[in-house]
Amino acid sequence: MGVLPMVRNKIDWALGAVLALMVLGASACGSSSSSSSSSGAKLPTSVGAGEGQLNLVAWEGYAQPEWVKPYEAATGCKVHAKYAGSSDEMVALMRQGGSGYDMVSASGDASLRLIRGGEVTPMNVELVPEWKNFIPQLQSPPHNTVEGKHYGISLQWGPNTLLYNTQSVKPAPTSWAEIYNGKYKGRVTVPDNPIQIADAALYLSKTQPSLGITDPYELDESQLNAAVALLKQQRPQIKKYWSLASDEIELFKNGDAVIGAAWPYQYSTLIADHAPVQQTIPSQGATGWADTWMLSSHAQHPNCAYKWVNWVSSPKVQAEQAISYGETPVNTKACSYMEKIQKGSCEVYHANAPAAYFDSIKFWKTPVKECGNGKNDCMDYSAWQQKWTEITS
Amino acid sequence: MASNALAAGSARTRASAALFRRPWLRATLLLSAPGAWFVLIYLAALVLLFVSALWSVESFTGKLEHTWTLENFETLVKVPAYRTVALRTIGIAAAVTVTDALLAVPFAFYAARVAPRRVSSFLFVAVLIPLWSSYLVRVFAWRLILAHDGILNWTLEEVGFGSVNIGYSNWAMWIVFSYIWLPFMILPVWAAIERVPSSYLEASADLGARGWRTFRSVLFPLIVPGIAAGAIFTFSLTLGDFITPTLVGGAGSQLIGNVVYQNVGVANNIPFAAAFAVVPVIVMGLFLLLARRLGAFEAL
Repeated sequence: MGVLPMVRNKIDWALGAVLALMVLGASACGSSSSSSSSSGAKLPTSVGAGEGQLNLVAWEGYAQPEWVKPYEAATGCKVHAKYAGSSDEMVALMRQGGSGYDMVSASGDASLRLIRGGEVTPMNVELVPEWKNFIPQLQSPPHNTVEGKHYGISLQWGPNTLLYNTQSVKPAPTSWAEIYNGKYKGRVTVPDNPIQIADAALYLSKTQPSLGITDPYELDESQLNAAVALLKQQRPQIKKYWSLASDEIELFKNGDAVIGAAWPYQYSTLIADHAPVQQTIPSQGATGWADTWMLSSHAQHPNCAYKWVNWVSSPKVQAEQAISYGETPVNTKACSYMEKIQKGSCEVYHANAPAAYFDSIKFWKTPVKECGNGKNDCMDYSAWQQKWTEITS
Repeated sequence: MASNALAAGSARTRASAALFRRPWLRATLLLSAPGAWFVLIYLAALVLLFVSALWSVESFTGKLEHTWTLENFETLVKVPAYRTVALRTIGIAAAVTVTDALLAVPFAFYAARVAPRRVSSFLFVAVLIPLWSSYLVRVFAWRLILAHDGILNWTLEEVGFGSVNIGYSNWAMWIVFSYIWLPFMILPVWAAIERVPSSYLEASADLGARGWRTFRSVLFPLIVPGIAAGAIFTFSLTLGDFITPTLVGGAGSQLIGNVVYQNVGVANNIPFAAAFAVVPVIVMGLFLLLARRLGAFEAL
């Protein structure tokens, strides 16, 4: 013991040295320019031989062995999937250029950010024959098609649901009010995600019409503040803001949470474990997502990527994923396969009645300054992120 | 060839003579490699941290902009949420340090002074064993213990106390941190208590001091450096952690580490993360100055 008696005398010197180095470093590192990659590359006209592997950034449940294993066997492309818990995380992963990810299953609130940042590159829909069978709304939707260029192939879509424990939550909830009104104090869970503000805005648009919210993603300052106030008042009722779907599953399994905002994936996983849960779309409606497989502009395995979108667009895999996750397939031919896997599932997952149902969901999109009504006073996504930090921390 | 060998030999002799005459040159050569490593790799990371804290990020495309700005530090000071997070982090770190000190002193005293030799070595192994298993596994184990339907509530209900609701909260974080870092407090305190000569305690007893008085006036002042050394570990380890809050923390359990992690991994705002990471560096600097005054560096 007493190995470092000299340290005491030297520590002032050391602190001084660190300071000096900081100054040196600051002056040595001048400004350097960052280069941006352009996406002017020509579209491929055919799909070549597979490169042997495919690296994906995906939502939890989007790379299940059920359809990944047959894909690997058929194409020889080994799939490595990295699960992301939020759109922000997906964008961050794709931005770390050269990170080696080939594709990302981006939702509508991430896709435009990826396109504008040059992280993804256009794809040739001619190489995806099933694309013609997609529901018309998702063939060239504005969240993945810019100036006629298709930055990816639509995948699945669905609503964010209200998940609850049938033993503790009685009567069955029909309104989002149950996660705001304090009835289940300390046993509520919602996603740790700035886009959750839209859920509050959607609820307010129905319960407080005087605020004049028409689109939950286009909020001016006072509307955003109203939604933030609702979420701040909700915070004491929150057990935990979940960041991965598996977190929420564990909270429901252990009884720490009995009600909360969820994806159908959590519901189907919990039901498979015989947990007493149910999900519903409350009377105020729901936010939702429409996902797209997008190709990275740094993709090392583009042929495997094209083989992958073809694989997941096929009616059979569309049906498998829809039932496994509990969402709606984009391929209209998937219905008959769904019936084969699970009778009545085509109806349950709305695969046969898309048009009106499609319009009832407020799909995730990135909040920007330009409001739909021609005004420019909407709060952009960085404001949402900052408000979310204020709410949760 | 022989003359070559002779020349080489004489060159070596001259070199070693030159080195013998100049001790400073010898020391410089000996220390240049580890010194360069320390400056280039160890300190360079720290320098880069401070430099990137002064950059910014374009909000829509997320590209790094290499222009000097104090904007990040302004945000840190202006937005109350970040102040809350910083104060919470320091508060939890302080609570954990105090808790560990209160647990470690009686334990170490028993182990070092009272327990028979064999019990003492058993206790030493018992303190070290948790460090052999994965940190993550131990935190997950606590998550199961503290969960609503977990072991703790089950036991309490069996005994008839009803259940407590401390899973996923700041209380859970405090308990888990105190558990995880306890060995880092026990070991230096143990060493400090062992170093106090028995004759001091006997002299104190001979002069009529009872146990408590001996502890307060003789033993405690002598082991303060040990406690301070342990406190450096428990305090700094808590200050930088983000895994425990993620796993066992609840709503409003974010520490500085979590905000840094989110800004790097989720929001891709590395400059802001760097700016926030400067806060624990400053706090730790102040803490080390205090610890030095308490003599912690003699007890390391």
